Amino acid sequence: MSWLHVMIFIPFIYACLVPVIHKRVVPTIHTGWFVLAVPFIIFIYLISYISRISKGEVFYSTAKWIPSYQINFTTYMDGLSLIFGLLITGIGTLVILYSIFYLSKHREALHNFYVYLLMFMGAMLGVVFSDNIYVFYVFWEITSVSSFLLIAYWYERNRSRYGAQKAMLITVFGGLAMLAGFIMLSMTSGTTSIREMIHQVDTIQENSLFLAAMILILVGAFTKSAQFPFSIWLPDAMEAPTPISAYLHSATMVKAGIYLVARLTPIFGGTPEWFWFVTGIGLLTLLYGSVNAVKQTDLKALLAYSTISQLGLIMSLFGLGSASLYKGLSVEESSLYAFAAFAAIFHLINHSTFKGSLFMVVGIIDHETGTRDIKKLGGLMHIMPISFTLTIIGGFSMAGLPPFNGFLSKEMFFTAVVEASKMEIFHLDNLGILIPIIAWVASVFTFIYCMILVFKTFRGRYKGISSDKGIHEAPIGLLLSPILLAILVILFFFIPNAVSNWLLKPAFASVLPTLAHVVDDKEISAFHGFNLELMMTIGVVILGIILYLLLKKWYKLYLLYPQTLTLTNFYNQILDSMERVSNTITKSYMTGYARDYLVYIFGFIIIALGGSLFLFKGVSINTSQDAPISIFDIGLTVGMVICAVTVLISKSRMTSIIAVGALGFLVSFFFVLFRAPDLALTQLVVETVTTALFLLCFYHLPQLKKEITKIKFKAVNAIVSVGVGLIVTIIALAANGTHLFDSISVYYEDSYKLAGAKNIVNAILVDFRGIDTMLEILVLTVAGLGVYTLIKLKLVKGDNDEEV
Amino acid sequence: MMKKSNDLLIQGVAKVAVVIILTFAVNLFVSGHHFPGGGFIGGLTFASAIILLFLAFDIESVRRNIPIDFKILAAVGVLISILTGVGGMVFGKEFLTQAFDYFYLPVFGKTELATAVIFDIGVALAVIGTALTIIMTIGDDR
Repeated sequence: MSWLHVMIFIPFIYACLVPVIHKRVVPTIHTGWFVLAVPFIIFIYLISYISRISKGEVFYSTAKWIPSYQINFTTYMDGLSLIFGLLITGIGTLVILYSIFYLSKHREALHNFYVYLLMFMGAMLGVVFSDNIYVFYVFWEITSVSSFLLIAYWYERNRSRYGAQKAMLITVFGGLAMLAGFIMLSMTSGTTSIREMIHQVDTIQENSLFLAAMILILVGAFTKSAQFPFSIWLPDAMEAPTPISAYLHSATMVKAGIYLVARLTPIFGGTPEWFWFVTGIGLLTLLYGSVNAVKQTDLKALLAYSTISQLGLIMSLFGLGSASLYKGLSVEESSLYAFAAFAAIFHLINHSTFKGSLFMVVGIIDHETGTRDIKKLGGLMHIMPISFTLTIIGGFSMAGLPPFNGFLSKEMFFTAVVEASKMEIFHLDNLGILIPIIAWVASVFTFIYCMILVFKTFRGRYKGISSDKGIHEAPIGLLLSPILLAILVILFFFIPNAVSNWLLKPAFASVLPTLAHVVDDKEISAFHGFNLELMMTIGVVILGIILYLLLKKWYKLYLLYPQTLTLTNFYNQILDSMERVSNTITKSYMTGYARDYLVYIFGFIIIALGGSLFLFKGVSINTSQDAPISIFDIGLTVGMVICAVTVLISKSRMTSIIAVGALGFLVSFFFVLFRAPDLALTQLVVETVTTALFLLCFYHLPQLKKEITKIKFKAVNAIVSVGVGLIVTIIALAANGTHLFDSISVYYEDSYKLAGAKNIVNAILVDFRGIDTMLEILVLTVAGLGVYTLIKLKLVKGDNDEEV
Repeated sequence: MMKKSNDLLIQGVAKVAVVIILTFAVNLFVSGHHFPGGGFIGGLTFASAIILLFLAFDIESVRRNIPIDFKILAAVGVLISILTGVGGMVFGKEFLTQAFDYFYLPVFGKTELATAVIFDIGVALAVIGTALTIIMTIGDDR
């Protein structure tokens, strides 16, 4: 345990307290004020590590969790995870501050909102600070779940539910693929720690599972980071409240995939497959996102596509940077290519700052005017001057203009793609030139949508939105967070080297540990002379302005693209047909009669158990060690047979219930006879409770009437019941006759010494096999809740496809 | 809906029997560490006492007198058990490591205290909560 563990769990613990606090303070005080401290404290805590991390220290601490499966909660803090930690908590603080003014304390279910938000924050911190891949996976999925809950925050809206489901299905699909990849990785490397895997790169890269593991893990990363073609969930995720879009869907969660790629670069980097997948998909996403962003009319949708495009940019930079690990390169070439990864980290921070502030400003526009439709907006410049300034700062930074931080990282991006076009590895000979071209074209589109965002909203004619209240500038509380981010956007432009020394270089050292020294003397400067990169930027600006002015002329080109060929349409159709097929299959055997289901269950038992007995030749009956059969045994058995037969032939339900109960009690006598008091007690109580349950249900059941059924039906029942009886008897006898391994009972005999308990049974339950018991009571409780909901829900007959 | 029970004989016996069963349930739970018993049996016996009340009286009057939401009780039980497991991790041990030691307490003398008992309390609560949730929902179903 370390303080870092505690920091990861603070949001979770606090999330439990939020509903209690909410109940007390609302509507006097906004719940958000009480949550604000959580990310802020963690932020301060993480800041205290910056100087030590920048000296090259790393922090490592393990809390044992399930060591027998090599699953330990190991936290690991280095440059890369520190940057993410700072983003999560820093932007988290600002977003919560913003949400206090954005969400009404009178109308909104704030306790839900902050519980989900804190859950996400803790999970995200867990993702970036976990070294163990399984712990990483658990936190990864919690972020998907909390994202789902937050997108569906206004769950009464149809679009919200659709968006939430889409995000959930796609990211969880990716998460499961990633889990499979992780399992392969841990199989080939024999460890579950990412750090230890990095030491075994050679073993992993030689293994035949290498490629499969890589692709599966990349599917996870690409779904989470909304890379093409999985990007379709992000625009629909915009149904979430704007603070959430700013936080999860632009600044933090969607960067988890990028984090994963960066974190695993030392393991997979240097191979052509990794280079091509990450760079290729990244560039494709960059182009796809920027081209699609231009045609959006909803401001948030525009920002969503721009996020997709920017994520593609960062992804492709990490791909380009991974080339530096290729074995056949000279030191100069390696260090040249490695700068791409450096640029990626820089752009990652910059993107969070400018995109965060842009989202918040769009939220303000939505909040004040009641619409986000570009067609309805316009002329807001004089009405909302501060928002206008903020949009200019964010938008121009995103477009890659000075004096904003986006300019610096965009220039570095151009440098990286120009260098990449000169690469002579990975069969880049002819294709290499495509990389800068795609990057440049995408940048032109990026420029255009930034201009749309800034000028279509704020310039032009004020169209007098049909809202009763007069539109005015937002209150200072709403503006505070985007202003702080905008200040950072400008600040980073003027002091890039401070950022570089404190944050970027240590992070670079964790992405490319072997090449950490190449950036030691790296200076970021705004002006490098009139080189190709600057020319490219100037070209982007000129062509961008021309195309923006002529937008009306060529906008129609977008309409030529058929709607049926969109990715979302494919997604909907796949989902539809899946639902149809599974519905058909389910309908074909779910008859609604318990007796049919019992036949399925018992039939399965016969086939599975009987089949395996037969296949593995498990039948060997050995009676030599049996205890002699006493008169009591015979008596009890006869009694049980009588009870069983009574159930079969009785004419009234009451008799049957009593007979079943008697049967159970006789079984408990057997336990007494065999000196198992715990079992006997349990059986007695269980039998009592179930009989009582029967009696309670008794009122609901119809009179037992002589049912006229077909002979065939009765024959099937007879075969199934005799079959089960036979199989169970054979298994019981065979279990006594075979000894596959030594008895483990010796271990439990020491229970008094090991667990301080004289009662072995109880020691097994609560100590030796504690995890079984824990999961059992969990299942029990879930089953109880299931019964409760099923009965209380009571769908009306004919409602939907539910037939009771 | 269950018919309102009016059987004086059952009600009279139940009033006495419930006390005995509840005492027995607690005894089973406490003695579980060294003798037959434990959280599961103790919890189930406890639940059966309340079920006897359901049968003798009716669900409404029992619910009025025991105003506990058994769903929450079950959840609390599961939480207690899991947190006992986490407790081990806080002290640098594995998840679900149980500890025990002997203490000299006034009145009791040398007494063994074990974290397993806390875990067992969770088990008992989960069992009581679930059993009663199920039975009350089914019995209450109109």
